[in-house]
Amino acid sequence: MARFTPHTEADVKEMLEAIGVDTLDDLFADVSPKYEGELDLPEVLSEYEALREVDALAKENVAGLPIFLGAGAYDRIVPSAVGAIISRGEYLTCYTPYQPEISQGTLQSIFEFQSMISELTGLEISNASVYDGANAVVEAALMTARLTKRDPKVAVSAGLNPRYREVMETYRVELVDLPLENGTTDFSSVPDDVSGVFVQSPNFFGVVEDIQAASEAAHEVEALCVSVCDPISLSVLEAPGKLGADVAVGEAQPLGMPLMFGGPYAGYMATKQEFVRQLPGRICGETIDKDGKLAYVLTLRGREQDIRRARANSNICTNQALTALAATVYAALMGPEGLREVAELSTSKTHYLAERVDEAGLKLRYPEAPFLWEFVVELPDVDKANEALLDAGIVGGLDLGDGAMLVAVTEKRTRDELDAFVEVVANAV
Amino acid sequence: MPFDLIRDKGREGRRGYTLPKPDVEMKELESVLPKAALRGEKPRLAEVDEPTVIRHYTNLSRENEGIDTTFYPLGSCTMKHNPRANEAAAAVPGFAGLHPLQPESQAQGALRIMHELQGFLAEVSGLPHVSLQPLAGAQGELTSILMVKKFFEDAGDEERTTVLVPSTAHGTNPATASMAGFKSKEVGLDEHGCVDVDELREMVDETTAALMITNPNTCGVYERNIKEIAEVLHEAGAFLYMDGANMNANMGRMRPAEANVDIMHFNLHKTFSTPHGGGGPGCGAIACSEDLAPFLPDPIVEKEGEAYHFVRPEKSIGRVAGFHGNFGQMLRAWNYIRMHGPDLRDVTDMAVLNANYVRAQLGGTYRIPYDELCKHEVVVQPPQGKKALDIAKGLIDYGYHPPTIYFPLVVKEAMLIEPTETESKETLDDFIGTMLELAETSQEDLEEAPTHAPTRRLDETRAARQLKARW
Repeated sequence: MARFTPHTEADVKEMLEAIGVDTLDDLFADVSPKYEGELDLPEVLSEYEALREVDALAKENVAGLPIFLGAGAYDRIVPSAVGAIISRGEYLTCYTPYQPEISQGTLQSIFEFQSMISELTGLEISNASVYDGANAVVEAALMTARLTKRDPKVAVSAGLNPRYREVMETYRVELVDLPLENGTTDFSSVPDDVSGVFVQSPNFFGVVEDIQAASEAAHEVEALCVSVCDPISLSVLEAPGKLGADVAVGEAQPLGMPLMFGGPYAGYMATKQEFVRQLPGRICGETIDKDGKLAYVLTLRGREQDIRRARANSNICTNQALTALAATVYAALMGPEGLREVAELSTSKTHYLAERVDEAGLKLRYPEAPFLWEFVVELPDVDKANEALLDAGIVGGLDLGDGAMLVAVTEKRTRDELDAFVEVVANAV
Repeated sequence: MPFDLIRDKGREGRRGYTLPKPDVEMKELESVLPKAALRGEKPRLAEVDEPTVIRHYTNLSRENEGIDTTFYPLGSCTMKHNPRANEAAAAVPGFAGLHPLQPESQAQGALRIMHELQGFLAEVSGLPHVSLQPLAGAQGELTSILMVKKFFEDAGDEERTTVLVPSTAHGTNPATASMAGFKSKEVGLDEHGCVDVDELREMVDETTAALMITNPNTCGVYERNIKEIAEVLHEAGAFLYMDGANMNANMGRMRPAEANVDIMHFNLHKTFSTPHGGGGPGCGAIACSEDLAPFLPDPIVEKEGEAYHFVRPEKSIGRVAGFHGNFGQMLRAWNYIRMHGPDLRDVTDMAVLNANYVRAQLGGTYRIPYDELCKHEVVVQPPQGKKALDIAKGLIDYGYHPPTIYFPLVVKEAMLIEPTETESKETLDDFIGTMLELAETSQEDLEEAPTHAPTRRLDETRAARQLKARW
């Protein structure tokens, strides 16, 4: 009998009798074509054996070293309290809160998530989260098309994460490139038939962009401005809503989610109140119960697939409630000052590293551009540098494939690690 | 005061976490950024200490019911026990600390997990090629339909504009079809609640790209004509897509490949026990035939010699996630499958046994629209004059999470009950007893329910009319 099924043979017998059949096989009498074989899967392991195997496989990964990779996922400190809360069975093992009377925990945590995102982005309304940052970007592109009643064709900065571009292409969004000039986007050539203008700040190369310029360029052609932001950066950078952005989206992973080889993370989406009906995904709102007591419930459900079917805003069903909860707990622990400190520590360490890199005679690709915790350094042989780093017990930066490395530094990196990074890279080239 | 928000529990200057002391000179942000880029006003976030955070979210959690606290027979959602060994696996630092852009050579353990899981899902479905990338079931659907679309584009066939869905389909199916740029058309049902093959035959033509079928369907009934349905589609050059939300009814008993399904998705968070987490994260892995394999998302994992690699399929539709998908969920599902092996068939057997037991015991009092063998779930209707909503709210007062209600849409006052295999006979008997009692409860009392839950019934209209979605 399978591991987590409680029935004894006597149970099975009694239940079959109640149903009025003789054998378990009889329960599948209507199945055609039947599968008669045994599934060819590895033999059953006990929990202990399975976990021992997991441990053995984990050793085949390079983990536990200082990491200088970023590019959309960041090696940040995750406070212990985050894991403790999201492991609680009441959050972990419940479904989408369709029965609000017994789901107020999830619902209020979503309400708090939405509030936190609204505060950080300076926009009035946020949804309950979507799959990840890339999907928040593509959902924003489709949203701009619905709002402008134009085809999904968007102008995107060459500084937008290339993976986000790829997902938009998969979803059949037409892209028009806006070039970079010294690391920041030139918005002077936005076509007049696009539904949106996308700017990422800090952009893929770490450079802080001019969101105001992006929104002016978008509004000039009656398109919407979508700003893609690292939520940690919004503790120190002006809120996109204040700079004219109509939609703000991004990857919430830096808010308390482990790297986990790329997921689960959570995408966030915020917009102006007037656009709420075109916002996809779940939205939690405040209401009262029959006794007048304050409570929360999923609302504006008429936008969604289970009600509207073929005419829904999106087919999206799942949000990322549990990872969004991680973000909510993280933000609560940090508070506005803690988030700011994470940003300042990371920025200070990154600039320290960039200065040492410069002193070592290596060239920064955008030396004049403002940046926080990521920058591009030109290297004749990135591969060689990364190999030398790995030999020294360091996971190097991202090979951009054009003689440059994208380097990210978080609050976790120590001065010793930063010094070692420069020494190894300088010696390797 | 359970409904105070976290922000209302704070005071300016309080902190819940301490960061390491700076070991480099701190930069003034004004010195590295243009003034216009700097934030003017501090965000109005909670300023609280750690004990307050823990107490707040612990108390909030107590306003929730989950599988851990109660029987949760939410039809179509497969709320089975979530083994804690899966969580232990996902907490191993060698996986949790792995950056998605580390080179393949630094992530061989993770790639091997992915490669093996691809193989396990291929075996369970019989379909040889798998992508683990879609981040949820609905995205698995969309990925599949985009692959179908690209197949026809690649073949130069521009006529394929329609995707068919049965009237029992999940709402995501027609929404997916629209999102992929197809018109969706509804196919009716026969007297068993299954796809009406004659009607299908009349609807399928050279404009049909695919039929999206759920098997067993959302009434919990096995689509006994699935092979013939596949034939009708294939004769017209169209594909059969299977929504695998209900795979818990099929493992080791039926393989979609043998029914000539071309492409399908799995919900790892349903069938393979990864936690639902209040609505996500999930994983909507897909499996497909040789014909569609070149169009799979980028990348999939292949093994060459002893090494594992990411490979872009030849005519890939591209990527659907920022990175490789929800790896944490893949690891949990891998662990679950390793703890079951071929015994996955017992999982299915017990799930189907439990659903039929509930059907047999509720029949007579509750109406069963398709009263024949069901699979892993059963759809029932309350006795005449009673409403599914009221029975559901009544169940809450007895400590149960209600079944799915008002779905499938084709059954009036539907209550879709999916007990899953991890529930004991005692639990089922208690639940059945409560259901029978509620059938006898007066309408006035039912309309008052719930009275023992954290809240009474909510004013949902007010939430929409006076939208307040933030502090």
